[in-house]
Amino acid sequence: MPIRLTAQVATEGAGGDDARRSDVDGWGRSERVRTFVRRLSGPLYARWFRAEWEGLEKVPETGGALLIGNHAGAIPMDAPVIMHGIETELGRPVYGLADYFFRTVPVLGTLWSRAGGVPARPDNAYRLLHDEGRLVLAFPEGIKGPSKTYAERYQLRRFGRGGFVEIAMRAGVPVVPIATIGSEETMPVLLQVPQLASALRLPHFPITANMLVMGPLGILVPFPAKMRLRVLDPITFDVPPDQERYRKSRVMEESERVRERLQAALYDMLANRRSIWFG
Amino acid sequence: MARSLGRRVLVTGADTFWGGRVVQALDGAAGIEFVLGLGTSEPTVRFERAEFVHADQTYSILHRLVGATQVDTVVHTFMIVDSTSAGSGAMHEVNVIGTMNLLAAAGASDSTVRHLVVKSSGLVYGSSERDPATFAEDTPRSRTPRTAVERSLVEAESLVQDFVEENPGTTVTILRFANVLGADISTPITKNLSRPICPSVFGFDPLVQFVEEGDVVRALEFVTRRRLRGTYNVSGPGPLPWSEVAAICGTRLLPLPPMRPRLALAPLVRLGVFDLPPELEALLRYGRGMDTSRLLGAGFDYRFTSAGAVQEFARSWRLRKGAGRARERYVYEHDVEQFFRHSPAVARPPDR
Repeated sequence: MPIRLTAQVATEGAGGDDARRSDVDGWGRSERVRTFVRRLSGPLYARWFRAEWEGLEKVPETGGALLIGNHAGAIPMDAPVIMHGIETELGRPVYGLADYFFRTVPVLGTLWSRAGGVPARPDNAYRLLHDEGRLVLAFPEGIKGPSKTYAERYQLRRFGRGGFVEIAMRAGVPVVPIATIGSEETMPVLLQVPQLASALRLPHFPITANMLVMGPLGILVPFPAKMRLRVLDPITFDVPPDQERYRKSRVMEESERVRERLQAALYDMLANRRSIWFG
Repeated sequence: MARSLGRRVLVTGADTFWGGRVVQALDGAAGIEFVLGLGTSEPTVRFERAEFVHADQTYSILHRLVGATQVDTVVHTFMIVDSTSAGSGAMHEVNVIGTMNLLAAAGASDSTVRHLVVKSSGLVYGSSERDPATFAEDTPRSRTPRTAVERSLVEAESLVQDFVEENPGTTVTILRFANVLGADISTPITKNLSRPICPSVFGFDPLVQFVEEGDVVRALEFVTRRRLRGTYNVSGPGPLPWSEVAAICGTRLLPLPPMRPRLALAPLVRLGVFDLPPELEALLRYGRGMDTSRLLGAGFDYRFTSAGAVQEFARSWRLRKGAGRARERYVYEHDVEQFFRHSPAVARPPDR
């Protein structure tokens, strides 16, 4: 897997400022760290999950776009796989929005930030999409996606309050849904232990099939399920950007439409899947 | 009385680092008729023509002062932002009560004040895990302030906002400064960075921004001259990680346990080696980004970016270590100053 870097990304952290010693940009992302992470996740992406894309050309080559995905598996592998895939195949950096919880964890929070993670705040998303014209990856289900049990696999949860639609409207960028199958089976959640989650201050504490099969190793090691990703047609909203507010009914309607399309794509992909492990 | 000579400026906190330098910057400048410095102790820098009044910021004194001098511009620099330099009670007195008295005097019915500049701090945004990466001037803070210095600054700013509503005829400028670095200023951050090792919180490497001390004075002078209205962030552009700040300064990071970093550092703080007030601990976890576009859009140009400010600080620090303290210290002598200002024996250039 060739690792392509755009020259623009590599120099942007410096900003012509020769006092700088690192390439960490204003979001905490470092292209050097990303390159290192891609080198590690390359084999995982290509050999373990054997990720296969469909419709990757629908991801815009320039300008901001909000990538929306379904979120699944106790430690959701969809986020790193989508980021790795788009960065290697298209050569564009992806900023992944996630709960600010990550920031509070020592070491992990810093690594997450250096690897392109950004706290999911409307201001952050707007700046990335509108001011900088970046690709931003978000999972509107939030923690509800990874914490659902295997019995509810591929059943999309509520899409928050539709905030992602509002941000895309305000920033004047398209929403690009990406349906992923296989991530549910990489780390299936059998049951939740909310008492442990609150005691350890974790977003959720699941008992996974991986833990039963692999023991303590299963806390981190995913099953090698075949992952298939399908990029759906970008959705643009014919509303003027930069409005103070947008009609809530319109926002919810569009949010629901994205959710339905993503759900339909998931069902279609599952109907065509012959094997969990070989696709 | 002739009012066409220029602006009549009152600078509060003229005995402090910032006030003194603002007086120097405005003193004798074109378009400024006179500068009056107000301070609670003797000034620490030399004033050429500016007058200095030794008084505290009680309402009756300020009211009489504004009335007698007919100032049209007030530059309020007397705000404590370094919580290691004063107790929480003193901070409340200076930041909240002092500001309240000043605003009352400036808003009195017979007041001639038409422009008020307030030196505030990025501390009003706080530092929390829920923060956006960048604070614009209208971004609210994520959590209610927990430290005394943040509480007093937030309260002082809200008093200023009330003043804005009650006095639409007065132009009010609030400047929120990022952490300041420079050769002359001493803050907990400059203290920590000038040691061979420098505290950090283990596992955290936040993005921080700085403004160089010269840019602080230039920004205060800029908004005073331009009569800009509204709130402006003042910070060198381009945030950088704390580890990089330490690297530029040539100091190694001392990682403190993330659970109680202040407790772990307490002995060294007690010995005067480091300073780690609670607001700095929060900054070393979550950092703070400030949007600089509004002041840049108004035409201000920074001499230093954030990284540039760090480098300049490191340079001046190395120079000081290498060459010793060469800077001459100024001692205020009341009688001498009075002689130079008022005695007929002093020859004055004709244009003055």
